[in-house]
Amino acid sequence: MATTTLPPAPPRKVNRIGLEVTEYRGNKSTLCAGCGHNAITERIIEAFYEMGVEPHRVAKLSGIGCSSKSPAYFLNASHGFNAVHGRMPSVATGTMLANRNLIAIGVSGDGDSASIGIGQFVHLMRRNLPMIYIIEDNGCYGLTKGQFSATADIGSKLKTGVVNDLPPIDTCALAIMLGATYVGRSFSGDKKQLLALLEGAIAHRGTVMLDVISPCVTFNDHEGSTKSYSYVKDHDEPISDVSFIPFFEDIAVEYDPGTTKDIVLYDGSHLLLKKLANDYDPSNKAEALRVLTEAHDKGEVVTGLFYIDTQRPDFLGLLNVVDEPLATLPESRVRPPKEVLDAVMAELQ
Amino acid sequence: MATTQIDISEAAQSTEPQRVLNDLSIEVATVNGSGSQTANTVLLRAIFQMGIPVSGKNLFPSNIAGLPTWFTIRASKHGYIARRKEIDFLVAMNPETAEEDVRGLDAGAAVVYDERLNLKRLRNDLVFYPVPFDPLVAPCCPDARLRKLVRNMIYDGVVAKLLGIPMEEIHTALRKQFKKKVKAAELNFNAAKAGYEFAEKNLVKADRHYLERMDETRGKIIIDGNSAAALGSVFAGCTVLTWYPITPSSSLAEAVIEYMKRYRIDPATGKATFAIVQAEDELAAIGMVMGAGWAGARAMTTTSGPGISLMAEFVGLGYYVEIPAVIFDVQRVGPSTGLPTRTSQGDILKTAVLSHGDTKHLLLFPCSVEECFTMGIEAFDLAEEFQTPVFVMMDLDLGMNNWMSDPFPYPEKPISRGKVLSVEDLNRLGHFDRYRDVDGDGVGYRTLPGTRHPAAGYFARGSGHNEKAIYSERPNDYANNMDRLAHKFETARQRVPGPLIQNGRGHEVGILAYGTSHWAVVESLDQLKQEAGIEAGYCRLRAFPFNNEVKDFIRQHERIYVVEQNRDGQMHSLLRMEIDADDVKKLRSVRHYNGIPIDARSITDSIVSQEEN
Repeated sequence: MATTTLPPAPPRKVNRIGLEVTEYRGNKSTLCAGCGHNAITERIIEAFYEMGVEPHRVAKLSGIGCSSKSPAYFLNASHGFNAVHGRMPSVATGTMLANRNLIAIGVSGDGDSASIGIGQFVHLMRRNLPMIYIIEDNGCYGLTKGQFSATADIGSKLKTGVVNDLPPIDTCALAIMLGATYVGRSFSGDKKQLLALLEGAIAHRGTVMLDVISPCVTFNDHEGSTKSYSYVKDHDEPISDVSFIPFFEDIAVEYDPGTTKDIVLYDGSHLLLKKLANDYDPSNKAEALRVLTEAHDKGEVVTGLFYIDTQRPDFLGLLNVVDEPLATLPESRVRPPKEVLDAVMAELQ
Repeated sequence: MATTQIDISEAAQSTEPQRVLNDLSIEVATVNGSGSQTANTVLLRAIFQMGIPVSGKNLFPSNIAGLPTWFTIRASKHGYIARRKEIDFLVAMNPETAEEDVRGLDAGAAVVYDERLNLKRLRNDLVFYPVPFDPLVAPCCPDARLRKLVRNMIYDGVVAKLLGIPMEEIHTALRKQFKKKVKAAELNFNAAKAGYEFAEKNLVKADRHYLERMDETRGKIIIDGNSAAALGSVFAGCTVLTWYPITPSSSLAEAVIEYMKRYRIDPATGKATFAIVQAEDELAAIGMVMGAGWAGARAMTTTSGPGISLMAEFVGLGYYVEIPAVIFDVQRVGPSTGLPTRTSQGDILKTAVLSHGDTKHLLLFPCSVEECFTMGIEAFDLAEEFQTPVFVMMDLDLGMNNWMSDPFPYPEKPISRGKVLSVEDLNRLGHFDRYRDVDGDGVGYRTLPGTRHPAAGYFARGSGHNEKAIYSERPNDYANNMDRLAHKFETARQRVPGPLIQNGRGHEVGILAYGTSHWAVVESLDQLKQEAGIEAGYCRLRAFPFNNEVKDFIRQHERIYVVEQNRDGQMHSLLRMEIDADDVKKLRSVRHYNGIPIDARSITDSIVSQEEN
């Protein structure tokens, strides 16, 4: 009998907890081919895989719109909740109240956050709830065929020729002003920057708000639009060069403290911000707001990490809830004994 | 209008009135913000301590200070605690309303009033007791700034003397009210004493009303429905409360906060076994409840009609995603600046089917503070067993007024968390389908986020999913899911609290009522029998969907009067939707909708007149 030798199987590529990247994938995207949102989905998968996050610890949340469909396209093993339009922040808040050990990632859009959901958006930012909040920002309502949203720039033009004449809401400026503790803007086409910001987001404790410009190839990618691929590529002005070193990689990186800021994050990971054109201090709110305002005036799309505060207590810390998830506390810890009721009744007699 | 001033002593001589014992209603008319709450509560408590069944109702404006407010106290040896229409004893402290208040009294009523108001000139068929409030308060309260607050205690003393309330009961009630603030209690007591002594020296008893000790309140408690419901949530093991302030539900949330701080702090760590968030609006309050319920917390919110309207969209999502949630609706009158501080049962119909698409919800109707407690617990069990929003339909009268009650029973049943799969369950099963009807009761099994198992995760979304929770727009998937949800509702029909039926068989007339209307109905049943010879069966609804016994009760009677506190007969309509066509024509309606709690007389008059036609 002849014996055949099978070629050795290629070694499985796994992350630090032994999972393959496929275990971080979701369903096939049903968004348009070329949609920026799909690129963001890829970076989210990569970030959770690289960080070795256990999928069961993740809760995926979203509102309504093209963006809000995307949690179905990553981390299939995680729980997900597609909520109502503009109200994902409250569902995320409730979810984290119930189980503080979850890692909440919410995906919203510019319509979902800056218009119908602006009330919940601003209050979420105030609370510094531990969660990652991503706005997939294309300046228009894709799912209802291309109406302007509130992040559209003045003068930006729809395919139909309609010109936007109202000023945009800068969700990053709002988030910084109101108390979010990790705020940045990126571009779906900038793989390196977006991945570093997402990995840093997973390592942070507090509200992360990332506004990711994500061109709508069907309704807002034409000449005259300020949210098209070509416009954003031409006007992207990174405020600094972001790189990320996870806590579990024992790599000594040499950098020049004169040109690079090293930020130690909640879990011990490092974000390195390398100076580009000008000095920039991401712990200075006023500076961040000045840069954002000037960028609008110049028609630039400034990107990068604008603001970070690693010290502010998060919302669950403020509420002083027990370390275990409230959701699964046993009856003995949530129903006081009969003596307590008897004492209350005696007081009322 | 007669202008003759009748001297009190003359009135006393002219007719020797027949004594009326332990059966009266007192109305105190004041200005809100004047500290009358203490005086009124103390009066109520003193009567309660005498062993006489008593109830109190506060009719107050949507305002912090300066507008008229009325507090009514009813003492009844028969144990009737509904509001009584007729006032026997008026304490007129508000110059703005005094004349109107006096004109509204029945002949023979008594009026205690500030002598400066000179009310005697208005009527010659009442008993007037003028009291010089300012001269009396000055010596017992040297601090002029406090006089306004202490002044009201004078009428407690006057009324105590006139009705026969022992001053030691006033003292005991004051000490209970002020707890450790002994000085404040004594300051107030001195004012009451001044009133008592003034009455003793200067007023001659000329009305017919007396209070004497009974033994009908031993072991009983006094509490408002909002506090009772709050206690229920604390003992239900509620872990998350998210709310937005709205009268008359705010004090429910605030009572939860107080009780939780006292009884739900982990002794080992000093940390909270609960999370409470005052949300930015009702949309967020219910959204947080949805997130928390989905993730496994026992989550609740508190609101009133306008909040219910705002919560409509999320509640529909909760129905379809199948999320446990408890919503306390302390019903009030109307939208916006309507009568937000007045009572109503006006949210019944809209809440039963709240949201869009096909939705229907479980509603509980507590009638008493005890049921606020027990149903407050039951609601959480039902919500988790049926994985759906449950509404506890209270009202302002129940929530914000003080009620006498037996002490609340400690829950006998352990907490019921419903069908939640653990890691061990998933290991055994290998996989699960979130929306499959495994047990034939319409209720699927769920997993909580954070469950450490690769098969635990599922994606929660609206109605567009199959039984595996996978996105689907297939007609069959949608219809099957809808049918299962309807079946789940049918399962709940016999699980929710059933009606309480009294005197159920052998009568032509039946009365159906729910919530606070109950107290007026039990009094009306006696009036109907005594005054008109009408014996009626009575069915008190305690939940929606209606238990089958409700249909039986309707079948067994010729004419059914549905008594409720709204204009459109909302429960009447809901019953019409649910019962057999042949029975619909039996339904008649008694509706009370002026913002003031329903009284027995109005029910009796309406039924007698409808019976005559």
